[in-house]
Amino acid sequence: MAKTVLKKPIPAASSDPKVPVTLTVNGETVTREASPRMLLSDFIRHELGLTGTHVGCEHGVCGCCTVTIDGRAGRSCLAFAVQADGAEIRTIEGVADEDGTLHPIQQAMMECHGLQCGYCTPGFVMSMLSYLEETPEPDLSEKAIREVLSGNLCRCTGYANIVKAFRRSVELMNAAAD
Amino acid sequence: MKPALFDYVAPETVEAAVAALAGDETARPLAGGQSLIPTMNFRLSAPGRLVDLRRIEALRGIAVADGTIRVGAMTRHRELETHEGANRANPLIGEVLDNVAHIAIRNRGTVGGSIAHADSAAELPCLLVATGGTVSVQGPDGSREIGADDLFRFHMTTSLAQTEILTEVRIPALPPGTGYAFEEFARRRGDYALAGVCTLLTVEDGRCGEARIAACGIGARPVRLAAAEDALRGRAVDDAARADAGEAAREYMTAPADMQAGVAYRTDLLAALVRRTVATAARRAGG
Ligand SMILES: Cc1cc2nc3c(=O)[nH]c(=O)nc-3n(C[C@H](O)[C@H](O)[C@H](O)COP(=O)(O)OP(=O)(O)OC[C@H]3O[C@@H](n4cnc5c(N)ncnc54)[C@H](O)[C@@H]3O)c2cc1C
Ligand code: FES
Ligand code: FES
Repeated sequence: MAKTVLKKPIPAASSDPKVPVTLTVNGETVTREASPRMLLSDFIRHELGLTGTHVGCEHGVCGCCTVTIDGRAGRSCLAFAVQADGAEIRTIEGVADEDGTLHPIQQAMMECHGLQCGYCTPGFVMSMLSYLEETPEPDLSEKAIREVLSGNLCRCTGYANIVKAFRRSVELMNAAAD
Repeated sequence: MKPALFDYVAPETVEAAVAALAGDETARPLAGGQSLIPTMNFRLSAPGRLVDLRRIEALRGIAVADGTIRVGAMTRHRELETHEGANRANPLIGEVLDNVAHIAIRNRGTVGGSIAHADSAAELPCLLVATGGTVSVQGPDGSREIGADDLFRFHMTTSLAQTEILTEVRIPALPPGTGYAFEEFARRRGDYALAGVCTLLTVEDGRCGEARIAACGIGARPVRLAAAEDALRGRAVDDAARADAGEAAREYMTAPADMQAGVAYRTDLLAALVRRTVATAARRAGG
């Protein structure tokens, strides 16, 4: 992208006025003051202290910051917190049961060695969670799974085990539903 | 990096949004944010005011009637991609949207935002040009309609004024018997394409009747490949006709060499995508 000169100086009253933002995170309704320019990813990490949502690139490419916004996977680095006013957000902290029992997707990632350093993992889990909740009978072909996972980058695993974990998640979720 | 300071408003009507834009010449509408926010994060753009369109009910929804698919500007990509009625009326829609970014981006990105953003490699503008779609825009002096050919001016530049809001995108349904195909090539799944081609054609008595072909990623805006269309009309859609259409497409390449591809490579790609989409479209047209 080409460099452009900012057309407008920073507004005269550069006080960064804050506005109240109320949203539901993992079932709990919270209100915080945030500057309109605060990204949802920063709001989740710095205002709410939920640091499981990771930040890699801040331009939508890596997928580390993926959360669900009103039930659908979305990049928290490509939304301002004010845009999520009134929304329901789910982060990786809200995926396992209260007693610590892992969600089938988390269990599958563990069993299949779907992670190494773990930096990308919350984003992968949230993308899979949103997709599998949206799609009752997912296509389990290699191509289809890789398409679903294409929005998340992993620098460690080489993806093969994450694809396996996707299939295993479906098995575990189906078993839990029976 | 983090965005520069801005004022934020989220009005509930198009009129109020237009007024908010008119009050500050650096104001910009905010739709899904999937293109605007990255540029703000990198400080490639720094609007003084963002007018968030998310509360405006009138900008949502999909209606299929009278041979037209009407899509509210704030409809998310994923919603259109998975909309049965829209895809039945024009199956190119799903085929095109499948190539736009990734599911998480399509869950947020909007149809109006993609069109207004007018990236020269973007798929939806190419679809609009290929199908001859139109958009409605509303500004301080009322609303007007713009055809796809008059909308896209240059990379990331449309004929909308800064105070105008794109309210609706209208995509024609495909007439029965029309063959269609979209194909693109990108280095990685979900990236903007190095080149993409959208082809529509009919086959009557074994010969090509109507043909409309448009491409993205090959110049400053999506373009109709009229010479490639001419190479097909009235002919049997065989290997020779496909090859001629591919060759005729080469003259439309105006994109300079960039980090991803040289001019010769991209031109070959364009010709290949024309041949392939013509083959698929002809097959689907029953030819
Ligand atoms: C990782 C990544 C990959 C991507 N890959 C692709 C791809 O392959 N193909 C592709 O086409 N896109 C791609 N995109 C872009 C994506 O499709 C965007 O969602 C889309 O281009 C813009 O839509 P938006 O709703 O997010 O608009 P925004 O980002 O909110 O706005 C974009 C621009 O349009 C203006 N605007 C928005 N809505 C209106 C309106 N109703 N009236 C007037 N002006 C308006 C805004 O002011 C802004 O200038 C990608 C994005 C990311 C982050
Ligand atoms: S930090 Fe959001 S996609 Fe990379
Ligand atoms: S496990 Fe290290 S980046 Fe994916």
